[in-house]
Amino acid sequence: MIEIKGLSKTFNKGSENEIKLFENFSITFEEGKCTALLGSNGCGKSTLLNIISGNIAPDSGLIVVDGEDVTKDNEEKRAMYIGRVHQNPSLGVSASLNILENMSLADKKGEKFGIKRLIRPKNRVRYESILKELDLGLENKMDVMVKFLSGGQRQSLSLCMATMKNPKLLLLDEHTAALDPKTSRVIMEKTRELLERKAITTIMISHNMKDAITYSDRVVMLDQGEIILDRPSSQITEEELLSIYTAKLLEFQRKAV
Amino acid sequence: MGTGLLLTSIQQGLIYAILAIGVFLTYKILDIADLSVEGSFPLGAFVFARFALADMNPVLGIGGAFVAGALAGLLTAMLFIKLKIKPLLSGILTLTILYSVNLRINGKANIPLFKNPVIFSNDKWMNVILLILIVLSIKIVIDLFLKTEIGYLLIATGDNEVLVTSLGENSNKYKIIGLALSNGLVAVAGSITAQMNGFADITMGSSIIVFALASIIIGDTILKSVTKIKGTTRAIMGAIIYQLIGGFAIDRGLPATDLKAATAIIVIIFIAINNFSPNGLKLAERK
Repeated sequence: MIEIKGLSKTFNKGSENEIKLFENFSITFEEGKCTALLGSNGCGKSTLLNIISGNIAPDSGLIVVDGEDVTKDNEEKRAMYIGRVHQNPSLGVSASLNILENMSLADKKGEKFGIKRLIRPKNRVRYESILKELDLGLENKMDVMVKFLSGGQRQSLSLCMATMKNPKLLLLDEHTAALDPKTSRVIMEKTRELLERKAITTIMISHNMKDAITYSDRVVMLDQGEIILDRPSSQITEEELLSIYTAKLLEFQRKAV
Repeated sequence: MGTGLLLTSIQQGLIYAILAIGVFLTYKILDIADLSVEGSFPLGAFVFARFALADMNPVLGIGGAFVAGALAGLLTAMLFIKLKIKPLLSGILTLTILYSVNLRINGKANIPLFKNPVIFSNDKWMNVILLILIVLSIKIVIDLFLKTEIGYLLIATGDNEVLVTSLGENSNKYKIIGLALSNGLVAVAGSITAQMNGFADITMGSSIIVFALASIIIGDTILKSVTKIKGTTRAIMGAIIYQLIGGFAIDRGLPATDLKAATAIIVIIFIAINNFSPNGLKLAERK
């Protein structure tokens, strides 16, 4: 279970560009459930993910993972139990290494990296079987450099690598936004299969209302660092979500004018 | 080209191969343009001279040069990791510091080494064989290193630091390792150059980065259709080919004073071939 308690974060403090994003913000993400985070640009979705992953330090508040306060842990330490898939498919892989080498690196996560050979032939079959579950034919491209793969293939590999060591928490940061609709659908289906199989606590940022309802257990909508909607996905429709989203967008535009 | 000039070019090419392997680690693997090598090359020569003047074993002198070069690389790494100075400027600051350090090591700008113990003999063929053995040993060690867990993290650091962080590792650690190893090898090349030439000189690092880049780029361009060839092999082949081109140019009447301009022009031509040929290798690509 992931708990955010009394979180506050202000950017550019003291300057004319000061942005107070979170003030005494709290939320809990239940064990093994997928929560979709929605909201317009600048509402705090990515900042929240960055604060949870340790990429951005909060001004105050606590990040608690399975009862343990991890607020002071740096990003590398938190990466031991957090998997993250970014919007850019290239951020989850090393493009000049092949699939086997990338998966071997992901397989070492959480262990000490030393001067032993990274590639162990005995692991190849295991990696192939993991990739086979994706059903994208990646298991036949183990020796292909990742830079020669399509965006969708790279993102599938990123997803595999991020979940290989069964993290306590998976952060999906608009992980299908850079893909074409067909590939995006495939990756979302693969994500659902993987989450059902591994039951990893997941926070998924999405701008796609349909995806948010279809693939998550709970929908949370943020606006300027505040929760304006928090409901089980089964109890909300796409139309309802869209109307709240559009109303907030219009309100924002009115204020800007 | 006469046999003498041919052998000299090959000898020089083999020494520059060590330099090129060192620069390959930063330029191609870590994607860092490290100018501190212009200071660590003569640093290796002057540290070796210090050992040689004390009549110590030349192998110890080469080892000392490697350690000193690695420390220079560490300084550059610290400047840009801890003080957030841009890598290019960090390298320039290190090479500027090293200019003074190099003058202080022996108190002179030029140290003759004709009467001191060196690894070379008067037999040019034997010297070539010795250099081939040294270069091959370094190549094998670096290739094996790049296949280790740490080696792969070095490659991943140059490729995508976000991935390295997501693996629970600090990418700065691998930049330090890469820069130290790179400058250590460059200093070894400097120490061997001093032994081959018979002196250590404060100006011997001038434009050395261009020679190294020329070697890497020539190796990449000529061997671009053979994707299975390792980066270290490309760097070695490039260094030898580059020196043979230089030797040939001098043989055909190019004044030695024009060699640096010729080098820069060769680099420009090879980059242009790379960038404009239909199947050209993108120079930004690593490995």
